[in-house]
Amino acid sequence: MTFKLKTLTAVGAFALAAASPALAQTEIQWWHAMTGANNDVVVKLAEEFNASQKDYKVVVAYKGSYPDTLNAGIAAFRAGNAPHIMQVFEVGTATMMSAKGAIKPVADVMKDAGETFDPKSYLPAITGYYSTTKGEMLSFPFNSSSMVMWYNKDALKKAGLPEAPPKTWPEAFEAAKKLKAAGWDKCGISTAWTTWANIEQLGAWHNVPVGTKANGFDGFDTEFRINSDLFVKHLTNLANLQKEGVFSYSGRTNTGEGRFTSGECPLFLTSSAFFGNVKANAKFDWSNAPMPYYPDVAGAPQNSIIGGASLWVMGGKKADEYKGVAKFFTFLSDVDRQVKLHTESGYLPITKAAYEKVKASGFYKQNPYLETPLLELNNKEPTENSRGVRFGGLVQIRDIWSEEIEAALNGQKTPKAALDAANERGNQALRQFERTAK
Amino acid sequence: MQKYAHFKGLTIPLLLLLPQLAITLVFFYWPASQAVWQSFLLQDAFGISTEFVWFENYRDLFSKPEYYKALINTGIFSVFVALLSLSLALLFAVMADRQIRGAEIYKTLLIWPYAVAPAIAGVLWIFMFDPSLGMLARGLQSLGVAWNPRLNGNDAMTLVILAATWKQISYNFLFFLAGLQSIPKSVIEAAVIDGARPMRRFWTIVFPLLSPTTFFLLVVNLVYVFFDTFGIIDTISGGGPSGATETLVYKVYSDGKGGTNLGGSAAQSVILLIMVIGMTAFQFRFIERKVNY
Repeated sequence: MTFKLKTLTAVGAFALAAASPALAQTEIQWWHAMTGANNDVVVKLAEEFNASQKDYKVVVAYKGSYPDTLNAGIAAFRAGNAPHIMQVFEVGTATMMSAKGAIKPVADVMKDAGETFDPKSYLPAITGYYSTTKGEMLSFPFNSSSMVMWYNKDALKKAGLPEAPPKTWPEAFEAAKKLKAAGWDKCGISTAWTTWANIEQLGAWHNVPVGTKANGFDGFDTEFRINSDLFVKHLTNLANLQKEGVFSYSGRTNTGEGRFTSGECPLFLTSSAFFGNVKANAKFDWSNAPMPYYPDVAGAPQNSIIGGASLWVMGGKKADEYKGVAKFFTFLSDVDRQVKLHTESGYLPITKAAYEKVKASGFYKQNPYLETPLLELNNKEPTENSRGVRFGGLVQIRDIWSEEIEAALNGQKTPKAALDAANERGNQALRQFERTAK
Repeated sequence: MQKYAHFKGLTIPLLLLLPQLAITLVFFYWPASQAVWQSFLLQDAFGISTEFVWFENYRDLFSKPEYYKALINTGIFSVFVALLSLSLALLFAVMADRQIRGAEIYKTLLIWPYAVAPAIAGVLWIFMFDPSLGMLARGLQSLGVAWNPRLNGNDAMTLVILAATWKQISYNFLFFLAGLQSIPKSVIEAAVIDGARPMRRFWTIVFPLLSPTTFFLLVVNLVYVFFDTFGIIDTISGGGPSGATETLVYKVYSDGKGGTNLGGSAAQSVILLIMVIGMTAFQFRFIERKVNY
């Protein structure tokens, strides 16, 4: 690996044929999980940074899917070969932060390098997910999104529904029933990312805890609370509508997203990052709206939580290398660069200044669907139930929850029994994590 | 007549064996012993804190209903896949063995699926049977079959069994065909002269003479369903819905990778190892006696 990278640097140096001596450059390795157009964004960012100064050189490497990248980083760390920067999806946050010594908090990286860094200049709804309860930033948000409801305007019109999309869950279910009657008989409404939509976001959006200890932010001795009334009520609704063919389950991840763009499902909850795909593939008039909520829950809607990934700085590197990492983060935080990233790729901006600038430019007038996730995230001041979730082993726990939700949707278990089991099995996984995280 | 080569001293035989032994040690015994060691440990993902816990990982495993469910799933899955792929392959081989026009083409085409990687095979089948996209799934739905492997465990199990069977038929076909061609024609001709009809000829002469091949394939197929079907399950169902297609080897992966529970995952692979050793030994001990070489 080291040899390969050295060769790469050498080749890169020749290719650049720059006046600066290549040997003086400090190399920063960045492992990421971005494919397609997003991969181009990563490569371009590194190129721009490398061209902007001559002391540091960011070298990017694609390491597969999010779980693959996380595992590659873990394996590399075990072999003493970790990269400097690792892109880790939001569910891996607790796993990363518990690995003391394996990582270096971003706040420390910036302070030690003497970079100007004001945590308050970042959007709290985004950085909060990746910070300690004291507000110390642990990892640097890179690509963030939130969950929104995409809707097929043509279908709503055809079914005789009002132009404005449904706001609440009861309205959404009614609309889905009408859509079914109007010919969308396979699927009126559906969601991707089953647990993100129907547990994590549902809890935050209604200011209801998913777990104790501020959803795990205040300690690894947290316990789940996903068998409380709200979750049972919601799953009961979904299970009943699944039987009637109004709601239709679309799988655990986003593999079912094509059901929206193909026109099969006219109401579809998934990530705001679905934007590029919809724009390229949907052959009907579309838009998105905030997630529905239950109006009988006091204070709803609260605010949504983010998804996506952040950049973690690995531990045990040289001071000079950390300096390069800090410079790179400052480079990423630049207002104009954030504006460009947001408007071109659909990623959420991470600084307040960038958001304000895009707002002032009138960009959202033409592209309201890009602002929906930001409106959701900033809807209210986040509470301890809506700052995010921080549970160790959440990757596996999401699978456990999905298993139980599937059992409720196909009628093997009652929604209450399924969520009780999901809660119990989730707690077992948490206790196992707690033991190893000391 | 001298049956064995005789060497003076041990040096030369040991030297001759060394490459093979080294490969076995490095690529089999060393990783296997690592798995055994890991199965006694409780470790975080990064390997920063390690605790020796004796048999806790195993106790933990056997206290969970999901593990027994995976065990039952594996049983159903392997019996169906082995039975279907062996019997269909035998049928095809017997058909292709006859003097028919274009036999060579059939033979070649029947071998092709074996060249398809398991993950690709899974993707091919999900393309046909995905409830939203699949042509065949739509056909089923228009016939009034409520086909939905996303939520219906039996549908998902049927799909992974079909895909795994399809993939393995080629391999079995190849061996059955070779086995059939090595049966002396004179034996069959003698039976024809005695007036035995095709069915009778098959069951009294061909099938018993094929038994070494069948036995070999049974062992190979068992190893296949236990280990090599991972890619198919991963791409088709990911072990779902609700764990309905989670087999033992898939659980090793999902616990170890997604859950970063390396100890539990290692314990499962050790159990799997013992099971396959046990079953292979059983087959050689009891079933092989019925084989006519």
